[in-house]
Amino acid sequence: MSEPRIAIVDDHQLFRSGVRAELEGLVEIVGDADGVDSAERLILDSSPDVVLLDVHMPDGGGVEVIRRVAPKRPDTRFLALSVSDDAEDVIAVIRAGARGYVTKTISGQELADAVRRVHGGDAVFSPRLAGFVLDAFAGAPPAPSSADDSDLDQLTPREREVLQHIARGYMYKEIAHRLDISPKTVEAHVSTVLRKLQLSSRHELSRWAAERHLLDADS
Amino acid sequence: MAVMESAASSPPTIRRDPERRLIAGVCAGLARYFGIDPLWARIAFVVAAAAGGFGVLVYLLCWLLMPADAGVVPRRLPWSGRRASIEVGAGAGLLLLALLLGLRATGIWFSDAIVWPLVLVGAGAALLWRQSMSDAPADTQAPAPDTRDPTPARISRAGLGVALVIAAGLVFLQATGSLSAARDVVLAVLVVAVGLSVIFAPLIARLIRSLSAERAERIRSQERAEMAAHLHDSVLQTLALMQKRADDPREVAALARRQERELRSWLSGRGLEQPDGRRLASALDAAADEIEREHGVPIDVVAVGDAPLNEAGEAAVAAAREAMLNASKFGGGSPVDVYAEGDERHIQIFVRDRGPGFDPVSIPDDRRGVRESIIGRMERNGGRAAIRSAEGGGTEVELTLESEDR
Repeated sequence: MSEPRIAIVDDHQLFRSGVRAELEGLVEIVGDADGVDSAERLILDSSPDVVLLDVHMPDGGGVEVIRRVAPKRPDTRFLALSVSDDAEDVIAVIRAGARGYVTKTISGQELADAVRRVHGGDAVFSPRLAGFVLDAFAGAPPAPSSADDSDLDQLTPREREVLQHIARGYMYKEIAHRLDISPKTVEAHVSTVLRKLQLSSRHELSRWAAERHLLDADS
Repeated sequence: MAVMESAASSPPTIRRDPERRLIAGVCAGLARYFGIDPLWARIAFVVAAAAGGFGVLVYLLCWLLMPADAGVVPRRLPWSGRRASIEVGAGAGLLLLALLLGLRATGIWFSDAIVWPLVLVGAGAALLWRQSMSDAPADTQAPAPDTRDPTPARISRAGLGVALVIAAGLVFLQATGSLSAARDVVLAVLVVAVGLSVIFAPLIARLIRSLSAERAERIRSQERAEMAAHLHDSVLQTLALMQKRADDPREVAALARRQERELRSWLSGRGLEQPDGRRLASALDAAADEIEREHGVPIDVVAVGDAPLNEAGEAAVAAAREAMLNASKFGGGSPVDVYAEGDERHIQIFVRDRGPGFDPVSIPDDRRGVRESIIGRMERNGGRAAIRSAEGGGTEVELTLESEDR
């Protein structure tokens, strides 16, 4: 596989130049953009393989970029980056179509690795995202509206196990070794979880913040 | 901070000073205006109060007429708290009664017809004012949401106040022998009152609206002040420290991480004091923060769910802390991952490093930390500790606590 061509979208100049410097030589950087509009132009013009996308930006943030661009560039993949770790925002950008989420404190090497995995079609979960997902799928699933979407609303025990290992800081290869399955199977589980995350109608996912708030106030 | 300054630089009118209040800040405000110690003003009021209740009346008038300082957060009443305030109230009432009876016996007395109704009116007014004061966001800083609901206690307090005032009127009328005559007057008064209220209703409604707008503005400015204070205390301080330590990258990274953690927990509201004691996620965060500060090894805590901590839970957190400490010391500086799951019935904590690892079967005797503080501690509290480690494969400590009665 050739080196992925990437675009960086972030409204902080300092961060863009930092990521550029770290990824220089590891991947091909086709350009960067500082907002939703310029990101749209950049991605439509240069069709990068992977877009590093800041979750928080004025005018709608990463979600808005994906919403505008994804239908026109179906082969472009998105990897969300954020400092906030706010479950609501992160889940929103994943549900919009991002293939993964990492925090901005990630090292350059790890980031390049994550970019390659997203380019290769994998989902990239940080420990924190795995924690969010486990939280969101905790508890009984809502009553399914029809038989065929019920499996979207809960995780299988195996998927739960894989996510727990990610949250505990294990790499895919280590998880495969520990659970005695192949790394491909681990990736398949994570991709399924990602799909559930994007398609599930659990109200924990769509109304995350309000739900959290209520729980906190009650307890 | 802008809010504070604008309050301080406004023209010097006599304002109540809720920041240093004992009751409503009248004395504190007067003392500030005249540049004396609030104690003197308070003594003056107490003496005046002893002289036939005159001081109490003046105090209530001042409370009514003097505006409070804008934009400041009234301090909690020094003697408040549910139980304490009842006791203080009862004590003050009894003292006042004793004082009045003493005065009556010595003959410094207007007449029964005036003093007793005044006392009743005073008590009723105090209750009603106390009520309306705590409607403002003033008294209760912390648990704001529920104070505006009409709880039974608040309604009964207001009712008691009204009853006292009415009783005062009746006592006065009875004592002056005009109760029967009053009955005729009552009808006339009632008619006039209804008429007046119809006439003035729009005015009063407008007044109430503007008051509530003012209240909203006050809440907003209070929030702004709180935010500014937080940024000043934490973020700006850290930035200043980082500039000073710019030559020590390790220290700068540690400072930045600490600030990040603090800001995160503040934003998520996890840093707030929980009413029911420590909780799993915030306790682990605190432990991680402490160890990170000492050893400079980054520790990432991911918590799913949360649980209040009982004694065994605290022990599990302490064991996790010990595991984080070991991971920081022997993990070769690699980042430490902490993952916790908790609900009412079980707590599970994983602490993992990517260090050189060791053979857990042959824990050296000098590693008391592992044997005593982790395994022993968990077992004493009805839990389990498992340690997985392999040469070159890192170490993971798993702590499990399950209980029926949690």
